[in-house]
Amino acid sequence: MSDAQTIAVEVIDIEHVTPLIKHFRLAPVAGGNLPVFSGGSHIIVVMQGKDRVHKNPYSLLGSPSQLESYEIGVRRMEESRGGSHHMHDTVAVGTRLEIAHPVNLFALDKIARKHVLIAGGIGITPFLAQLEDLHGGAVPYELHYSVRAAEHAAFLERLSRREGDRLHMYYDSEGKFIPFDALLANQPLGTHVYVCGPAGMINHVITTARGCGWPDSHIHWEQFSAPPVGDAFEVFLARSNLSVHVPPDQSLLESIEAAGVEVPYLCRGGVCGFCHTRVLELDGELVHNDHFLSEADKAKGKSIMPCVSRAQCKRLVLDL
Amino acid sequence: MSAVFKPTETFRGDFRYQNSPQAIRRFPLPFPEDTYMYSVNIEPHLPGPLGSVTEFAFDVDEHYVAECRERAIVLAAEPLRYQALPHMMSSQWDCLELIMESLAKDYPAHFSLAKQGNHWHWINRPLEIDQHFTFGDTATLPREPLDYITRQAQGDFVVMDQREGDLWTEAGMVTTQADWSLDFDMGMTFKEWHGPVPLAHELQVFDRALKFLLNLRLGQPVRRLNWTMTVHPRLDTSPENYPHWGPDRAKVTPQTAGDLVHLRVELQGLWRLPRSNAIVFGIRCYLVSLRELATVPKWARRVHRVLKELHPALVDYKGLTRYRDAAVAWLAPFDDGAPTTPGTAPE
Repeated sequence: MSDAQTIAVEVIDIEHVTPLIKHFRLAPVAGGNLPVFSGGSHIIVVMQGKDRVHKNPYSLLGSPSQLESYEIGVRRMEESRGGSHHMHDTVAVGTRLEIAHPVNLFALDKIARKHVLIAGGIGITPFLAQLEDLHGGAVPYELHYSVRAAEHAAFLERLSRREGDRLHMYYDSEGKFIPFDALLANQPLGTHVYVCGPAGMINHVITTARGCGWPDSHIHWEQFSAPPVGDAFEVFLARSNLSVHVPPDQSLLESIEAAGVEVPYLCRGGVCGFCHTRVLELDGELVHNDHFLSEADKAKGKSIMPCVSRAQCKRLVLDL
Repeated sequence: MSAVFKPTETFRGDFRYQNSPQAIRRFPLPFPEDTYMYSVNIEPHLPGPLGSVTEFAFDVDEHYVAECRERAIVLAAEPLRYQALPHMMSSQWDCLELIMESLAKDYPAHFSLAKQGNHWHWINRPLEIDQHFTFGDTATLPREPLDYITRQAQGDFVVMDQREGDLWTEAGMVTTQADWSLDFDMGMTFKEWHGPVPLAHELQVFDRALKFLLNLRLGQPVRRLNWTMTVHPRLDTSPENYPHWGPDRAKVTPQTAGDLVHLRVELQGLWRLPRSNAIVFGIRCYLVSLRELATVPKWARRVHRVLKELHPALVDYKGLTRYRDAAVAWLAPFDDGAPTTPGTAPE
C-alpha cells in the first residue's frame, strides 16, 4: 500500500531494556487514540535517514486496549542496513516518525484448545500483545522464552509479574535450552504452537512439530527477514520503461520506490506476498530471501518478492 | 443524503415499495458498459460523490425504517437467520463499533454515540432506540452485539474469521439475500461458500479474491457491486422460503415485466476488523423496477443490451431463465440503438 495511509507519531519514551534492545513508545501527533489492533500485529515504521528512507516492520507489544500510544521493541542488528541503527542512534524522545496501520500476519487461532508460545530473543515482541488477549481467557496457554543470558531477557519483569508459572525461561548461558521434542510431543489435541525467533529456532520447531504429527494448520511462525546485503545489480521496469540501479545495501523494493515507482507492499519482510512481482526476463540468478514463494516457484524464476529478494545477474526485467 | 423515511413500505404481501426520483438517480447501476462478465471488480471503499450510495461507509436511505421492520419480521419467523459461533464474540463487538461509529459520524441527525470509557450511549432516532451499555459486556445489551446492531442496519452482514490461510463464514445476519442461506453456509471456507458460482472458479476469480482479502488492511475497506434480478421488490429471497417466491418467476409476461421485474444490486463492502482480525462482509441490497430504471434513457438501453447478451450460464445461475426474455421484450422499445456513454452515471 502507499504511504498516503501513514499516521504521524512522535516518540514519547525510550528505554534501554537490554544491551541490544530499545523500547519505544509512539504517540499520535494529532492526539487522541491510535487504531485498535489485535495481538501479533506489526506496523511499518518509516524513518527519514540521512540519505534514504528506511521502512522496517516491528511487532506491536503493548496492550491492544491501551491506544494512547503504541509500543515497539527494536533490536540493534549487527548487519543492519541502517533501519535499526537509525532507531537506536538517531531517534530520540520528540522525534517524529510515520507509521502504517497495524497488520496482523501472526494472529492467534481463535478455535485453538491450547496455545504454546515459543520465543527466541527479540522474537518475544509479538507475544507480548498476544498475551494481553490470552490473559484471563478460558483457553490454557504457556510461554517458552529463550535468551542468551539474563541481561538479554527483554520485558522479563512484566512477563513474570503477569504470567507466573505459565512462563518458562531458558538461558543459553546456563546451558538451559527449550526441550522442543518433549514439549511438542506432549500436547493435547487442538493445541496450536507459535514460534518467533531466529531462523534456526523456527525451522527446528516446524520440523519437530511435523515429526510429532502436528498438522501444518496448527504450526504458526513469524520471522521478518531484513533485506540482506548483496551485489549491486540493474533492473529494468518494463511498464514504467525505467532502468533502476540497486546498490549493495539497498533492497530491490527500496530502489524501485526511490526511482518513483510504487509497488504495493504490506510487511516488507518477505512474509505476506503482497509485493509479488512477475519476472519477465532474467540473465543470471534470482536470490530469493522470502518466506512466501514455494521452493518450486523459487526454482522457476518467474516471480520475485522485491522487499527482501535480489538478483545476481546481467539483466533483470520486471513487470512494473 | 437527508432521506425522508417511508416506514409503511413492505417487501412482501402487498409489496408497497417504490423509489423516489432521487433514489432512482442514485441507484448503483452495476454495468459500466453494454456487456457483463465477472471480474474481481474490487475498489477502495472511499467516500463517493455527495448524495451517492458510497458517500458514507454505510448508506442509510429512504427505505431504512421499512427494511429494519422487514428484518424483524424475518427473524421472528426464522431466528437462525442470525448466527454467531462462540469464538466470534470479539468480532461482534468490532462490528458494533464500526457500524455505530460510522452511522453517528455520517448521520448525526439520526444517530448519536457518546462514550465515557467503556460506557457507551447509543441513540437511534428513526427506530426510537436509546441504549446505555458497557462495551465488551454482552449482558448489558438486549441481544448479542452483532444481532443488536445489524437489526438497526440495512443489508446483510457476514463475519469471516481468518485462519489457516482462509476465511471462514462463522457469524452473520442474513435476511435480504439473493437465494443463499447463512444457516447452510456457516462454517464454510471462502471457496466452499462460493462453490455454486459458475464460470468464476475457472477464471480463478476466487483464488485472486481470497488472496486479496487475506491481506485486507485495517482502515482500508474495499467494495464491489454484484447483481441479480428479483420478481417483486422482495428482499427475502431465501432458499428456506423458495416456495413463497420461486413461482413468481413464472408470472412475468412482456406486459408485466416493467412492474414485476426488479434489478437487484448488492453494494458489497469488506472491512478488516481491529480486535478480532476478522473481516466483515456487508451486502447491501438495492431494488429498482424496470419501469423505474427506464426513467433514465441511458440505463434502459444499457440494461436491455446486458440482459439480451448475458452468458447462458449466468442467466441460469442468477435464476433469470423463466423471465429474461420477457424483461428484454419490455425494455426493447426503450433501446433505439444509440450508443451509450461509458460509465454508469445517468447522464
